[in-house]
Amino acid sequence: MLLIECPYCGERPELEFVYGGQAHIARPKTPADSSAQEWTDYLYQRDNAKGVHAERWRHTHGCGRFFNALRDTTTDHFIAIYKVGEPPPVALNTGKAGP
Amino acid sequence: MQPFSGLSLLRRGLSGQRGWTQQWRRAQPKAAYDAVIVGGGGHGLGAAYHLAKEHGLTNVAVLEKSWIGGGNTGRNTTIIRSNYLFDESAALYDHAVKLWEDLSQVLNYNVMFSQRGVLMLAHTVHDVQVFKRHVHANRASGVDNEWLTPAEAKAFCPPLNIGDIRYPVLGAALQRRGGTARHDAVAWGYARAADALGVDIIENCEVTGIRRGSNGAVEAVETTRGLIRTPKVGVAAAGHTSVVMKMAGIHLPLESYPLQALVSEPVKPILPCVVMSNTVHAYISQSDKGELVIGAGTDAYTSYTQRGGLHISSHALEAICELFPMFRRLRMLRNWGGIVDVTPDRSPIIAKTPVPGLYVNCGWGTGGFKATPGSAHVFAFTIARDEPHPINAPFTIERFRDGYLIDEAAAAAVAH
Repeated sequence: MLLIECPYCGERPELEFVYGGQAHIARPKTPADSSAQEWTDYLYQRDNAKGVHAERWRHTHGCGRFFNALRDTTTDHFIAIYKVGEPPPVALNTGKAGP
Repeated sequence: MQPFSGLSLLRRGLSGQRGWTQQWRRAQPKAAYDAVIVGGGGHGLGAAYHLAKEHGLTNVAVLEKSWIGGGNTGRNTTIIRSNYLFDESAALYDHAVKLWEDLSQVLNYNVMFSQRGVLMLAHTVHDVQVFKRHVHANRASGVDNEWLTPAEAKAFCPPLNIGDIRYPVLGAALQRRGGTARHDAVAWGYARAADALGVDIIENCEVTGIRRGSNGAVEAVETTRGLIRTPKVGVAAAGHTSVVMKMAGIHLPLESYPLQALVSEPVKPILPCVVMSNTVHAYISQSDKGELVIGAGTDAYTSYTQRGGLHISSHALEAICELFPMFRRLRMLRNWGGIVDVTPDRSPIIAKTPVPGLYVNCGWGTGGFKATPGSAHVFAFTIARDEPHPINAPFTIERFRDGYLIDEAAAAAVAH
């Protein structure tokens, strides 16, 4: 079980959290103007990175707040935890800008 | 290839099991092949076998980064069934079950396919409605599936506790043609048969790049054992498909998660069938060696670590102990994880790609083992003819863009 450091509550066991998938995916501002491929990319395409992965977690059974994390998917070690709206503390080669 | 028969087993038995020869060659990579399969699991080895057997492509290599059958082929819980809801899925998985039925004879290798029946338990009114819908849909498309009352389920599987639990068993769907097979034997049987037809099986050979020509088509693969020229590459790399396909600039809608399984100490025959429960999350069968083989869930997060959180296994065991109180004192021998590549609709992709000469067989998520022979057969067809077999034609990459999802998520969130 992962030990996850909520930026608001501190270290808590993984059971208190819900995984929110890849972070920094921005919904197209005007979906009607998106091509089928752009909309598909938004809905379904994920980096599935082997290595550093930017992801969202929600402290559901705690403060209830979302936050972001960088985790190495080859070791499951967390590299950084940061709040929603902040940029990733380590540059990512694939992340798109977004909330 | 030295054929196996009752007589050959008897003869070797009487002579102290001496004189058996190597089952397949330890091949060295050649400079060029007519086709290269990336991934030496059941799907990849089987595809190579069918390329050689039915499509006349014998100058084929299977490249495996570690040892064959060491990935998800050797890490799954060996359950085989075809009671899927949608026509496309039922056709694909039932194609596989039909091939399983005489695979041992075809390969001259005992894959220990045992049609002992797969019992899927219903614990809620919603389960009952959904499973009955599955039963009707399957029967309408010629796939066997039947509804059992709780008492009938108990009669079919006597150790099952149907009443005195938090979620009592309200009935069950039974597919009698479903069952189990010996997972390692599937890899070994395909390897042996493919090798006999001239296929090179190359272990410890990791693909590090896919080289494309000026027209965009595949030209060669770069590996840890040198460059190999080939006009056709079939990728069957399971949880690492995203990594391999990125080498050719292809981005697939896949996410890789750890999926766990565990086995108990071996005991005498006690469990006569496969039992699955989606609601309380239990998957259990007994191997011929006597171990109870238990499937746990996926972790919540994507990972490539081939291990998972202990609480995931514990959760599965809690459900097993409720359904089978007599198993509470069994000790668990081993647990492990495999990395499964999951698509948004929980159905696989077996298709051509936008890169000419590059084909992919992936997205089997938590349930690829059962499909091995069928998947291998249609994947070989797709590679050889450069067009999909009618059975895998719906399983394209483009279905996500075009809205033709084959949404088995309800049936197969984990219970694949």
